[in-house]
Amino acid sequence: MHEKIGIPNLAIDEPLIFELGNSGRHSVDFEKTVLSPGSGDIPASALRSDFDGFPEVSQVELVRHFIRLSQYNYSVDTGFYPLGSCTMKYNPRVNEDMAGLAGFASAHPEQPATFCQGALELMHRLQRCLAEITGMDRVTLQPAAGAHGELTGMMMIRAFFRDRGETRSKVLIPDTAHGTNPASVAMCGFSAVPVSSGPKGYLETGDVLELMDEDTAAIMITNPNTLGIFERNIADIADAVHDKGGFVYCDGANLNALMGIVRFGDIGCDLMHMNLHKTFSTPHGGGGPGAGPLAVKEVLAPYLPVPLISRTEDTYNLDYDLPKSIGKVRSFYGNFLICVRAYAYILALGGSGLRRVSENAVLNANYLRKKLEEDYHLPVKTETLHECVFTDRKQHGYGVSTLDIAKRLIDYGYHPPTIYFPLVVSGALMVEPTETESLQTLDRFVDAMHAIAREAREKPDLLKNAPGLSKITRVDEVAAARKPVLRWIKQEAVNGE
Amino acid sequence: MDYVPNTDKDIASMLRTLGMDSIEECFEHIPKGLRLDGPLALEDGLDELRLVRRMRAMSERNADDCSSFLGGGAYRHFIPSVVTHLAGREEFYTAYTPYQPEISQGTLQSIYEYQTLMCMLTGMDASNASVYDGATAAAEATLMAQRVTKRNRVLVSRTVNPEYRAVIKTYAEAGSREVAEVPFNERGTTDPGALSSLVDDGTACVVLQSPNYFGLIEEPGLYEKAVHGSGALLVGSFSEPLAFGMIRPPGDYGADIAAGEGQSLGMGPGYGGPFLGILGCSSRFVRNLPGRIVGKTVDMEGRTAFVLTLTAREQHIRREHSTSNICTNQGLCALTAAVYLSALGADGLRQVAALNHDRAEYARKKIQEIRGAELAFDGPVFNEFTIRVPGDLHGLYERCLEERIIPGIPLENRYGELGDCMLVTVTEMNSLEGIDTFCGVLGKILS
Repeated sequence: MHEKIGIPNLAIDEPLIFELGNSGRHSVDFEKTVLSPGSGDIPASALRSDFDGFPEVSQVELVRHFIRLSQYNYSVDTGFYPLGSCTMKYNPRVNEDMAGLAGFASAHPEQPATFCQGALELMHRLQRCLAEITGMDRVTLQPAAGAHGELTGMMMIRAFFRDRGETRSKVLIPDTAHGTNPASVAMCGFSAVPVSSGPKGYLETGDVLELMDEDTAAIMITNPNTLGIFERNIADIADAVHDKGGFVYCDGANLNALMGIVRFGDIGCDLMHMNLHKTFSTPHGGGGPGAGPLAVKEVLAPYLPVPLISRTEDTYNLDYDLPKSIGKVRSFYGNFLICVRAYAYILALGGSGLRRVSENAVLNANYLRKKLEEDYHLPVKTETLHECVFTDRKQHGYGVSTLDIAKRLIDYGYHPPTIYFPLVVSGALMVEPTETESLQTLDRFVDAMHAIAREAREKPDLLKNAPGLSKITRVDEVAAARKPVLRWIKQEAVNGE
Repeated sequence: MDYVPNTDKDIASMLRTLGMDSIEECFEHIPKGLRLDGPLALEDGLDELRLVRRMRAMSERNADDCSSFLGGGAYRHFIPSVVTHLAGREEFYTAYTPYQPEISQGTLQSIYEYQTLMCMLTGMDASNASVYDGATAAAEATLMAQRVTKRNRVLVSRTVNPEYRAVIKTYAEAGSREVAEVPFNERGTTDPGALSSLVDDGTACVVLQSPNYFGLIEEPGLYEKAVHGSGALLVGSFSEPLAFGMIRPPGDYGADIAAGEGQSLGMGPGYGGPFLGILGCSSRFVRNLPGRIVGKTVDMEGRTAFVLTLTAREQHIRREHSTSNICTNQGLCALTAAVYLSALGADGLRQVAALNHDRAEYARKKIQEIRGAELAFDGPVFNEFTIRVPGDLHGLYERCLEERIIPGIPLENRYGELGDCMLVTVTEMNSLEGIDTFCGVLGKILS
């Protein structure tokens, strides 16, 4: 029986930066201007006069402030995140150093091509790697996140049909889909038509056949889906959609399960985005930046965003000559420094390494599934890959919910799994360990979950009042939304808000 | 190196627990015809030493020893070491999105501070926690304006950054919405007469940029009445936020939404990304802001706490009825901006802005003295300006490159009528000596 690994540890309660420091303090210095003081040629009416409220802190106060804040955070570097569909794997340090190389970090996007061959070469090679991994023909690195990749793909599909004088209005979306799927679809003027997953947790071809028609532009599938289950009817589903002239879009958020094992382009998918900040180890950054490259089959190539990264012999270039392009989905070429990290990761792993990643991600998840299924209810018995979904059904009788289990895990020193998603499972608890966790970590996590299941039966209050060891307890989210306070305001300036 | 801790022994032990003989059994339920029967055609993985050598060689094929006068939406500024170190704290950059506030107060408080600093910088009431970049911020601003006014038409000044205009158009096209452009006049700024005649009661918003793409400071006061008079919203976009260390920000000149680029706030140009989309608005539009927002609240013991709030706007709650599909944003970049601005304070912000402006003015005056070069537009600028070379601009550009000087951005591909013009940007990173050398080279080439 392991002891809890969550322990109290002294941390300084840190005020807002605006409440620190004193007038006249500063953290950095700049050369004084030699020429006429600033702004003689700018008319007074255009000059700014109000600089009230900006922090005035010394460098030591600045450092202590942000170091203390950092210490309030849980992170991959502090511990395990069994977060389903997020792929919180280890972020290799060498990738950070590679992104910091001066030639990459200081490169200006408007540098002439002859002066940034290294950047263009990296992007071109990364595109080729991602095309190989996904079995697609062409890749764009422009999208800044997975949802952005989805949007780009939907825009390209829309452009394809308009080019043929067709206006299709619908996109089929499984009920297990991530919220960004229907949101991306709606931003392109399509309606999201739900398709129910079958009783075994995957889509049945018949259900798709029933809904698929010539007014449907595409189906958006996540594979494996958010239950961790492989969509085994994908080939027949793809046929059903293609027969009526539609596209199969694959949301690649769960790609960590299948690298080197299944190639989506080979099994009927026409477009696919990847999340570099999931599968390809780039850091989550507390909410970004990520990157969501989109891979497509040649038939959609004319609609790719510009510029393309082209290659003639050994020279790389930016190519804007694509008359049917959807245009641009962001400024410049993509989250380049994130691409640098992902490319370094792919170079370090190689083809067989990527396959080992997926094999171990799936093995780890299946191991956890086996060890947890006695204590926690597993609603679907179908085989799962890199993640699986439990519910709180066995804990209901004690008045304990998924939320309580999640919050109690914090006291044991773990970040909770994904909760209440996918929506098709009531009280969902989605667990994805990734391949970078050791057997020891998994066993200790199982022990914690086992202990919590016992606490649920014997001392449910421990869960209901959790977490007790974190910096704060549960927060009042209702008050936060009802009377939003979204910024600090200097006290004298407050006039009865 | 695959970063997989489990050894063959660990794996064997786990397989025994599962009653399996090999890892392949985990995949047997996938129909065989769908599974790859050979390896991926990628080279073998490299050990760290060879990886570093390969990447370093590639990075060295990017010239970083040039004297650069590039801007136009990405800027070279000095990043104090303390900023890099603090934004490089692993607890910040390896953390997940702060959906569990109890163990994410570091991220949440720093983003609350970021939101506050963006309000101070842009003069707006509220800010979100970031979007992807200035271009998508401008596009999201137009979608916001359409939701708020329930009108369809968007007007964008041609002096707005061409990349921003392109993205606004791509987003509008996807939603079958109309975008029309407002021309600029001979002074290089938005034509007030044209704007007044184009804006009507079907216009959701007018997008202006100041300083504009040519570097000129616009006079939004000239347009504000026409825009608001017709019930449209004013979107104030920007690509160089350090300008607001000297000139009036969007909130000051009557913008309803501020949408721009934050890359100058502590991030390098990074060949175009990751950048930082700043999006702020008047308080009455807050519930229409896309993206994450951090709010202040209390925990069950009454302690101050920060939490993601107003989530009913977002995709994970409202799905196809959300304000935007955005999920992952630019969290770490927002943190970097918060650290940078906190490090500078008001004084530092004013100083760095003054340095930028003075260097640009120094260069502008020297270039005006060169025969064969002239200013394309006269008005006041911050740190960028447009010059005209009536002779052979292309030849001048190539000759500068030979001297390892990147003289600016030729405008011919972006503005057909300005084919003999170039955008020149000068920041605190350009020394006076460097500017002297640049002008000397220009003078030599043009004589």
